Amino acid sequence: MADVTLRKVVKRYDEVEAVRGIDLDIADHEFVVLVGPSGCGKSTTLRMIAGLEDISDGDIMIGGDVVNDVPPKDRDIAMVFQNYALYPHMTVAENMSFGLRLKRYPKAEIKSRVDEAARMLDIVELVDRKPKQLSGGQRQRVAMGRAIVRNPKVFLFDEPLSNLDAKLRVQMRIEIKKVHQKVRTTTVYVTHDQVEAMTLADRVVVMNHGRIEQIGTPNELYHKPATKFVASFIGSPAMNFIPCRLEELAGKLHVRLTDRIAFPLPPARAARYQRIPRDDKLLLGLRPEHIAEARPHPAPGVETFDTVLDVTEPMGMETLIYFTLEGAQVCGRVNPNAGAQDGAPLRLAVDLNNMHLLNEVTGVVL
Amino acid sequence: MSTLTVDKAGPTRKVKYGSMSRDRAWALRWSYFFLILFAIFSLVPPLYMLITSLKSSAEISAATNPWWVFHPTLSNYIELLTSNQFLRFFWNSAMVAIIVVTITMLISVPAAFALARMKFWGSATLATGVFLTYLIPDSLLFIPLFKMLVMVGDWTGIQLINRWYVLLFIYPTLTVPFCTWIMIGYFASIPKELDEAAIIDGASWFQTLTRIFIPVALPGIIAATIFAFTVSWAQFLYPLVFTTSTDQLVLPVGIITTLIKGDVFNWGQIMTGALLGAAPPLIIYAFLMDYYIAGLTAGATKG
Repeated sequence: MADVTLRKVVKRYDEVEAVRGIDLDIADHEFVVLVGPSGCGKSTTLRMIAGLEDISDGDIMIGGDVVNDVPPKDRDIAMVFQNYALYPHMTVAENMSFGLRLKRYPKAEIKSRVDEAARMLDIVELVDRKPKQLSGGQRQRVAMGRAIVRNPKVFLFDEPLSNLDAKLRVQMRIEIKKVHQKVRTTTVYVTHDQVEAMTLADRVVVMNHGRIEQIGTPNELYHKPATKFVASFIGSPAMNFIPCRLEELAGKLHVRLTDRIAFPLPPARAARYQRIPRDDKLLLGLRPEHIAEARPHPAPGVETFDTVLDVTEPMGMETLIYFTLEGAQVCGRVNPNAGAQDGAPLRLAVDLNNMHLLNEVTGVVL
Repeated sequence: MSTLTVDKAGPTRKVKYGSMSRDRAWALRWSYFFLILFAIFSLVPPLYMLITSLKSSAEISAATNPWWVFHPTLSNYIELLTSNQFLRFFWNSAMVAIIVVTITMLISVPAAFALARMKFWGSATLATGVFLTYLIPDSLLFIPLFKMLVMVGDWTGIQLINRWYVLLFIYPTLTVPFCTWIMIGYFASIPKELDEAAIIDGASWFQTLTRIFIPVALPGIIAATIFAFTVSWAQFLYPLVFTTSTDQLVLPVGIITTLIKGDVFNWGQIMTGALLGAAPPLIIYAFLMDYYIAGLTAGATKG
């Protein structure tokens, strides 16, 4: 068990900077997920922690020791790969015990550790099988078992669920969470799937173009994104961005979307946005769940307007609606009984208590 | 109405399938034609050898039907298999082949591993270089190689020319480059994550090679072994040049130097010797063929 610290870590491939100076503190027992689109440097960062990639600049510390030049085998880490990377000629038990056998652990100890991990992962009856006799989910369990038996300081997961089908992915996600609750090993987990990131992580690190965009708990990222990238990356369907500007109307601060539509800001928001220049190009960020059908007695901060829907998507428990505002496609979530239909007009309500205002040029959430 | 639809759909479909199966039938006919042609080309010579090996010298020189044995006899086989000289050739060939295969594998497997996985400065160029070496024909190499070994003999006093074991130094120049090249291909097909997993598990490069790569690439190693064996067993030019005394000869050279006396060709025994000489590679192929096809890597990754 150990904490992991990255200090101004840089990875350069010839002229290209894949990772551009990352600072990250991961506490002991913590489950941290690195998430971002492909090519954002998340896997490279993980591989640098593992020691599979040299770092071009900066320091990586595991348990307080700088490990920049420590080979992977001496870092006391275990890694689970996307394609499992099981040794095809060894049985499940041999796969799991390979590391311990190399370190010449006593046979009895190896057996008890393998048995314990196999029980924890529910693969006891598979220990004598070869990898090719296993399903994808089973292989992934074995790969996790191989990491667990080593009892390392840090677990590293590199997109471990990407090769599984959607249903199995949900199941394995829960398994991974359960395992972490049991062994409490510090974990760094890389994924491009924001749902995986949100559901698994104690803290999520959102990366883009080799930099960290934001670090926070899943709730912080969802409710208080720092940038447009984070706001759009986290959450599904994604947050809506509608071009807008601020305007003073009858002494009250309004956000104007179109010539027709301008909403008065709730007092708390108005105070927060008071100092923004009125001619700045802004984006109104609204999550789909904050655009719903209008009700007879709207709460304070909830404003209504009329629109014509382009498309509706009935999901069962809710209906997703799509319409256009100022050229931007906007998604909302309405009650399935609200009468939303393709091409039909509907009166909608926006909850401005949960709005975000972004600078259109810098993408910073104001 | 429905009958009409069926009638309409029926013929159209038939034509479609018909044309498909006609294409297929023609493709099959052509494949069989060429396969049979190929089989005739490759099987007739050994058949002719077998027929001739079962004839006595008298019957061969009598110029009867060459495709039929009228008085079958095993005398050629008995004579050769009881001749110390022929057994000596066999023994020399076997020693050379087995030791050369061992040397080749000991060099080319680690070399291929290093070239395929341990990215070092110039490794890609070196890998290509290894293959280019193989492209130089032995008919170009034998003269400088001969000079070199004579010079080594002059300087050190160690006489290598006209000793069967000189071939142990010569043959690897043919087998090592090619086997290394085959193994580079096999090792490169092993997913990178497999050695990364081994390295994280605490394996050294050498342990990764012996405990992961060699077992996983076994089909490739066996293919390379068969190749090295075939080359060493069948090589003709080098032993012809480097060995002359009858007790130092290997099988291919031994057969023609001892069974052709002046202008007298002992055809029966030549054919018998050649057939017996072809037996070991045949047997090895028969037993190890499956490994060519076996896909041991299945299950290593997603698959």
